[in-house]
Amino acid sequence: MPSTQAVDAPTVLEAQGLRKRFGDREALKGVSLSVTRGELAAVIGPNGAGKTTLLSILAGIQRPDEGTVSKAPGEIGWVPQQAALYGKLTVAENLDLFARLERVPDPADTVDRMLELTDLRDRADDQVGTLSGGNKQRVNIAIGLLARPEVLLLDEPSAALDPRQRERLWEFIVRLASEGTTVIYATHNIQEADRYARQLVLLADGERLFDGSPRELEQLVGAHGLDFEAAFVRFLHQQGH
Amino acid sequence: MRWLLVKDLRILRRSPLLVSLLVLYPIVIAVLIGFAVSRGPDKPEVAFYNELPASAGTLELGGRKIDLTDESNQIFDSIKPVQVKSRAEAIQKVKDGDVLAAIIVPKDLTERLQSGLESGVVKVYYNAEDPAKKQFVENTIKAQVQRANAALTKRIAEEALRLLDLISTGGDYRFLGQDIGILGLRESEAILRNARAELPRSSPQRDEIDRVLGFAKLARDNLSFSDDVLAVVGEPIKVSAESLQGGRNSLSSFAVALSVAVSLMFITLLLAAGALALEREENAFPRLVRGLVSRTGLLVEKAGLATICSVAACLLMLLGLGVFVSLDWGRFPLWVLALVFAGLGFAALGLAIGALTREVRAASLLAFMLALPLAFLALVPSGSVAPALYDVTRVVSALFPFKPTLDALNAALNDSGDVLGPLLHLALLTLGFGALARIGLRRFA
Ligand SMILES: Nc1ncnc2c1ncn2[C@@H]1O[C@H](COP(=O)(O)OP(=O)(O)O)[C@@H](O)[C@H]1O
Ligand SMILES: [Mg+2]
Repeated sequence: MPSTQAVDAPTVLEAQGLRKRFGDREALKGVSLSVTRGELAAVIGPNGAGKTTLLSILAGIQRPDEGTVSKAPGEIGWVPQQAALYGKLTVAENLDLFARLERVPDPADTVDRMLELTDLRDRADDQVGTLSGGNKQRVNIAIGLLARPEVLLLDEPSAALDPRQRERLWEFIVRLASEGTTVIYATHNIQEADRYARQLVLLADGERLFDGSPRELEQLVGAHGLDFEAAFVRFLHQQGH
Repeated sequence: MRWLLVKDLRILRRSPLLVSLLVLYPIVIAVLIGFAVSRGPDKPEVAFYNELPASAGTLELGGRKIDLTDESNQIFDSIKPVQVKSRAEAIQKVKDGDVLAAIIVPKDLTERLQSGLESGVVKVYYNAEDPAKKQFVENTIKAQVQRANAALTKRIAEEALRLLDLISTGGDYRFLGQDIGILGLRESEAILRNARAELPRSSPQRDEIDRVLGFAKLARDNLSFSDDVLAVVGEPIKVSAESLQGGRNSLSSFAVALSVAVSLMFITLLLAAGALALEREENAFPRLVRGLVSRTGLLVEKAGLATICSVAACLLMLLGLGVFVSLDWGRFPLWVLALVFAGLGFAALGLAIGALTREVRAASLLAFMLALPLAFLALVPSGSVAPALYDVTRVVSALFPFKPTLDALNAALNDSGDVLGPLLHLALLTLGFGALARIGLRRFA
């Protein structure tokens, strides 16, 4: 199990009773969560469940109609689902631009650190448009880390990747968490939640259906391994979704 | 904001195809428009065939010779004559489209004129397949023939005047190679007066002679008056043209202002709309406005980018045009001022377009679709459409930056009219469209 943080680590982010409406559609119906230092938390649910909306509110991109978030957006790193990078700029130039916009104290040093972290030093002078999806996503995540945030939000980070790229990306994310960064990631892939998360934020139609670890969910639905996904879908049905 | 600007310039530099299209396309369009506008009423090529034998090129009128070739030169003032050798060749050239029209001076022109009863007929052939050409020929060639006609009439009137003068005061008249002494009314009157004095007082013929004397005096008085009447007939109406609207500059310097305005419009609109849309297309927009740069700051940066690039391109263009058209370089600071204000106006409009669209391609298309009709609308001349419609075009033109840009550039480049008004107008439009763009950005996360 990669998430090795002690359960009694300090809480770094708390959200209470988040509600969000789009017209007459309620995307979030009062969702709360709390994460501790170095924790990997998975926001899981089918498409349209409200995962992106939840992360956007935590990131300060959208304002909730009700509810509170304990941290200011500036202290939280946010990585959008689609790579937010300039294809015509090189990897180093993208990192440098955002480092300067983030007003980090030593941009050159920070860029260097990120090239090291993402293992992309040999691609530093290649235009981002020429990178593979997996490498793009690593640069995308590195930009979310430039300001050394305590909490990093990742919206479906592996959605566009092939299995090998996905594997390497998770090694990278797990290392981040082990170095103390709290990572909240959205996914609709139950295996990805099962394997890496310590806490599940299970959303369906804007409601949080379950609060606990993957183990606890397995016990609740009465299955594990390959059967877990089928059992999970059955659970959603029982809950009326 | 500085880093964003550097970033955008870097992206532009790495898109050479886009940049060259962005600069070349408007310049080509602008030059074409400028060429078309300044070229139209220039001297058209017209085939000219004179069937008159060299000896018959003169017309004898009252013993004086009038050279018809001199008179037809009047026509050549406003056309470029293409000499041809036969009537058939002239007609062929018209059919082939080599010339706009053909003018034939027929053999019998002199005879007809000499007869004093018939008018001379000059034949004009032209193609009527193109309505624009037809109208041009009808207006231009006919007007020119009319002018020659008027000049000829004037000459004939002068001859008539000379004859009247001869009747009034007497003198020599040359006819069929012989000088004939004409007595004239004045001499006749003197002779009669002498004859009357020799008659006895009681002679009844004195009364008769008095009546003739009275007539001669009346005739002389009135003939001197008819001088003026005939002079007027020579040129019944003179045209004194005075333009009330617009500047005093020539068409070609107006074409320069127009070309630059069109280029500025395209470059600025496309750059501003495209650069803003690119932030969305690359998904960078939410990342940027999440505390890195304000939405207003982003708009200011894009406006700066578009204005700097387009003003630079237009100054280069003026430098190039300066080779062909004489420009007043002393007014350079005014040019820059007009270009910057106009650039900001178009940039604000471009940003409003860019705020509506998520993709660079959609933004460019929208910018194009808006730009062309705006330019044409601003060029609709008064009187060419119904008055109410013209008012509508004026109002619509005033709502967009093209018309004030054209006015400002025309004023700055050609010293024709007030610069301050259009600059103020542009500043207002910049604020208006800037606000619109800002509202447009708020709609998107
Ligand atoms: N900007 C928006 N305007 C209107 N509806 C939205 C908007 N964003 C999300 N929604 C709706 O809210 C619901 C949750 O969306 P989202 O958070 O994107 O789901 P997920 O990321 O879990 O797939 C969906 O029904 C979606 O259609
Ligand atoms: Mg989503």
